Amino acid sequence: MTRDLLIRGMIVGVIAGLLAFGFARVFGEPQVDHAIAFEEKMSQAAGAAAEPELVTRATQAGIGLFTGIVVYSAALGGLFSLVFAFVHGRVSSLSPRSTAALLALAGFVAIVLVPCIKYPMNPPAVGSPDTIGARTELFFVMLVVSLGALAAAVGLAKRLYAQHGAWNATLIAGAAYVVFIALVQYLLPAINEVPEQFSPTVLWNFRVASLGIHVIVWTTLGLLFGALAERVLAGQRPRYRLQAAR
Amino acid sequence: MSDIALTPSASVTPIPLGEVLPWAIFGGLIMLLAIYFIGAEEGAMSLFSGMYVHEFVHDGRHLLGFPCH
Repeated sequence: MTRDLLIRGMIVGVIAGLLAFGFARVFGEPQVDHAIAFEEKMSQAAGAAAEPELVTRATQAGIGLFTGIVVYSAALGGLFSLVFAFVHGRVSSLSPRSTAALLALAGFVAIVLVPCIKYPMNPPAVGSPDTIGARTELFFVMLVVSLGALAAAVGLAKRLYAQHGAWNATLIAGAAYVVFIALVQYLLPAINEVPEQFSPTVLWNFRVASLGIHVIVWTTLGLLFGALAERVLAGQRPRYRLQAAR
Repeated sequence: MSDIALTPSASVTPIPLGEVLPWAIFGGLIMLLAIYFIGAEEGAMSLFSGMYVHEFVHDGRHLLGFPCH
């Protein structure tokens, strides 16, 4: 059962990745190109020699981007299906399609939206190479805290369920999540390494494109995986009945 | 099983933990490794020396929102 879900999760991940790649190619790449043009202009003005190209821009924007997004998305789809296999019937008693849709929404909020509010996606030329270690650490700390807080909020909602009903339990747990995240984001150090002359339009468009990629990935995961999971789990029932009849 | 008896729609049977766990551990490890290579290898940390992996997935890393360089 888990195997069937995992395979479907990864296939859906690949499909989501293909869609996201198409979107990234059209809406993301022009912004990356603008940012790289700015980067080169700045290093030329500083009198630095042009960096040797280890991988051509065409490869980076083509097969490199394709590999990055599709592998990321397939892996995410696999993880999604594993969490779904655990959550279904255990944390959520909704239908597989509803569970998958809600899980995708929660995943998008906890993995993409919350971390990027504090540490947003940055185009090339933004961010000093000297701080990459600290920036990566802070980004993953934010990500892990956000996921942990989500799990805790779901646990809280389940506890409150019996006494307050589904609606109020969800509202209280949601409010607790928001307050906790706001506190964490207030306490974590801010990072602002956008060069002064960097175009705000390019920065905005880049971040919107990046967010769009994630919206496509998570929407596809939630809806398409839900539909497939529903068929997998429905196909299981007759077998159970056969065993019971014996 | 008692929590299922308490929930109104008890028709949803969870997949037994013993069936999920081996897949979750083994699959989860491989998925996280894949995400590591796309997101962080040869950036903040390096398993391989050089910059090829970093440069190859460069655009994807930026557009997916990982700190790149």
